[in-house]
Amino acid sequence: MSATTRTPTTPESRTTSRSARLLGDRRLPVLVTAGLFLVMYIVGLSRYQNYGFGEPQVFLNLFIDNSYLLVAAVGATFVIMSGGIDLSVGSVIGFTTMLTAWLVEDVGLPLLLVVPISLGVGAFGGFLMGYVIHNFEIQPFIVTLAGLFLFRGLCLVISKESIAITDSAVGSLAETRIPLGVGDLSIGAVVALLVLAAAFYILHYTRFGRRIHAIGGNEQSALLMGLPLGGTKIAVYTVSGFCSALAGLLFMLYIQSGDPLHAVGMELDAIAAVVIGGTLLTGGSGYVLGTLFGVLVLGLIKSIIQFEGTLSSWWTKIATGVLLCAFILIQRVMTTRKKV
Amino acid sequence: MTTPSRWRALTRHHLFWPVAVLVALLLVNVPFTPDFFAIHMTNGHLYGSLVSIVLFGSPLILVAVGMTLVIATGGIDLSVGAVVAITGALTCSYISDQADQDSLSGVFLAMGIGLVAAVVCGLWNGFLVARMGIQPIIATLIIMVAGRGVAQLITDGQIITINSSPYQLIGGGYWLTLPFSIFVVAAVVAVTVALTRRTALGLLVEAVGGNAEASRLVGIRSRRIKIMVYVFCALCAGIAGLMISSNTSAADGNNAGLWIELDAILAVVIGGTSLLGGRFSIGGTVIGALVIQTLTTTIYTIGVPTQTNLVFKAAVVIVVCLLQSPKFRAKVFGARARVTAPAEPAAVAETAPKMEVS
Repeated sequence: MSATTRTPTTPESRTTSRSARLLGDRRLPVLVTAGLFLVMYIVGLSRYQNYGFGEPQVFLNLFIDNSYLLVAAVGATFVIMSGGIDLSVGSVIGFTTMLTAWLVEDVGLPLLLVVPISLGVGAFGGFLMGYVIHNFEIQPFIVTLAGLFLFRGLCLVISKESIAITDSAVGSLAETRIPLGVGDLSIGAVVALLVLAAAFYILHYTRFGRRIHAIGGNEQSALLMGLPLGGTKIAVYTVSGFCSALAGLLFMLYIQSGDPLHAVGMELDAIAAVVIGGTLLTGGSGYVLGTLFGVLVLGLIKSIIQFEGTLSSWWTKIATGVLLCAFILIQRVMTTRKKV
Repeated sequence: MTTPSRWRALTRHHLFWPVAVLVALLLVNVPFTPDFFAIHMTNGHLYGSLVSIVLFGSPLILVAVGMTLVIATGGIDLSVGAVVAITGALTCSYISDQADQDSLSGVFLAMGIGLVAAVVCGLWNGFLVARMGIQPIIATLIIMVAGRGVAQLITDGQIITINSSPYQLIGGGYWLTLPFSIFVVAAVVAVTVALTRRTALGLLVEAVGGNAEASRLVGIRSRRIKIMVYVFCALCAGIAGLMISSNTSAADGNNAGLWIELDAILAVVIGGTSLLGGRFSIGGTVIGALVIQTLTTTIYTIGVPTQTNLVFKAAVVIVVCLLQSPKFRAKVFGARARVTAPAEPAAVAETAPKMEVS
C-alpha cells in the first residue's frame, strides 16, 4: 500500500523542521546502521580488549566469516530493491555446495570447469523463477518458495550424506590468504568485496540500476514510462540466483564440504541484512553499502557472542529479530513522515 | 440439466480440483499396497493408512485453517512455525517442572500458558500489520527469526522430555477408537466454519481482503478484523504446537514445526484460496492439507526415495500455481477456449468472488 502512496523524492517544503528533514533523508537508515556498527564495535572493544578484540584481524575476520552472507545479501538487495522477494537463496547456496562437491569429488571434473557450471545453474534457476514471476503473474513469494523446495530437494537427490571435499585445488584456494599489512583476507572475502563494488556500480550508476529503482518505486509508472519491465524483472532474479550460487561457492570454500542441510534459513539472514542495511522493503530505495553494514552488524553480533562465551547461540536469533523489528519500525516512521 | 452441463457445474465447483487431486493420490497407492483403504480394529483402536494420514496431518490442518483466514485478508503469517515451537517449549517446560506430571490442573495450566504465549505472538503480528501498516511477510518474519531463539531460550537449548499421560492424550491418545487429535481438529474446523459462514464474520474477512480501504470506508473495522485473524492463526498454531509436543512427549525448540508455515501456505493454495486475498475456502484448505500429507505418505508407500519428497512438493506447488494463474491459463488453454466461447465472460466468472458455503 505504501508503495503506491509514497511519493518520489519531492523537495521538502520550507516549513519542515530539521528533525522532519532528517527523518526524510533516505540515507538515514544507512547512517543509523553504520552508527550502530561503530557503537557495537566500541562496546566490544571496551569489554573484550584484554581478549584480543582490538586486533585488526578480528575486524577482518568479519569479512572472512561472512563473505558468503555478503554475496547472498547483495543478490537479495537487487530483488528487494525491485519490490520482490527471493526465498530460495539458502536452498540455492546449499545446492551449489552439494553440486560442486559432487562434481569435484565423485565425477572428478576440474574445479575450473565446475565453477562456471555451478554459477550457470544458479543463474538459470533465478532466470526460470523470474520468467514465471513475470510471465504468469504469480507472486514472487510463492514462486521462490517453490524454488526453495526444489533446490533443497535436488540437494537430497544428489546425496543424502554430506560430501567432504578433499580436492587439493579447493584446499589450497581455501588456505590462500592475501596479506593486507595489518592482517589478511581470504579469497572469499576479496571476491565478496568485488561483488559488492560491482553491485554498487550497477545499482547506482547504470541504466539497469535506475530501472530497478524505478520498478521498485512504482511498477505501473515504470511501465508507463516505457521501461522494459519484464526484462528487468527477470534479470533481477537472474542476478539473485547468480549471487546465491556464488555465495554457495564461497560457502563451500569456507566450509570445504557439501551438505544437503548447508545454509538452511540463510535467506532470512540475507533479508534481515538488507533490511537492517536500510533498503526499503517496498522497493525503490536503498543503498547496497547499507547491506554491507547490515551483514557486518549481524557478523559482529556473532563474534561478540563468541567473545562473551557465556551467551548461547540462540541469542543471535533473538538479537537479529530485535534489530529487524527496530529497523522496520524506523522505515515505517520514515515513510509515513514523507506521506504527510 | 443435460449431462455435459452438470459435468461442467461439477468441475466449476471450487472444491472439484483439490478433491480430484486427493482422490488421484489415494488411488495411486492402491497398486502398491492393495489393502490401503482397509481399516482394522486392534486393541479397541482403529488402525489403517487413512487414519494415520489424518492423524499425522492434523497439526498441519490446524495451522492451515488459521493461515487461510490470514491469507483471506490479503496477509500471510510466516511465524506459525516459531509459534508452534514456543508453545510446545513453554508447555513442556512447565509440566516438567512439576512434581506430579499427571495432575490434570497442572497440565491445563501449562496448556493455558502455552496458548496465551501464542495469542501474544498473534497480537504482536496483528499490531504490526494492522496498526503500523507493515507488510505481513516482513512483520511476521520478525517472530519467525526471533521466535525460534526464544523457544530455544525457554528449553535452554535442550530437548525437554516429559512423562505426563493426560498431556499425551492430545497428540498421541485415542478416544472413541479414534485418535484424539482428530476430534480436536474437527472441533476447531467446525467452530471456524460456523463463525465464518453462519455469521457475517467470513464476509467481513473477505471484504477486508478484497479492499481494506474500501471496507474501512463502508464501516467495517478492518484493523480489528486483521488483528483478529492473526490472533486466531497464532492460536491455531499454538494448538498444533501442543499436539506436536504431546505426540512426541518432548519439546524441541529447534525442530518443532520447522517449515510448517510453508506447508500450510501450500495447503491453502492447493485448497483454492487466492494468495491475493478476498475469498477463502476452509473446506478446500482441509483437503489441501490432506493432499500434502497423502503426498508424503504416498512417497513412502510407493518406494520413491524419500529424499525426492521436496522435489515432488516443489513440482506440485509450481503446477498448482500455474493452474491458478489466469495468464497461464489464457496462454495454454486460451486458444481452445476462444474457439468454443468468448474468453471475457469466462474470465469475469473466474474473478468474481465465490460465496459458497464451504
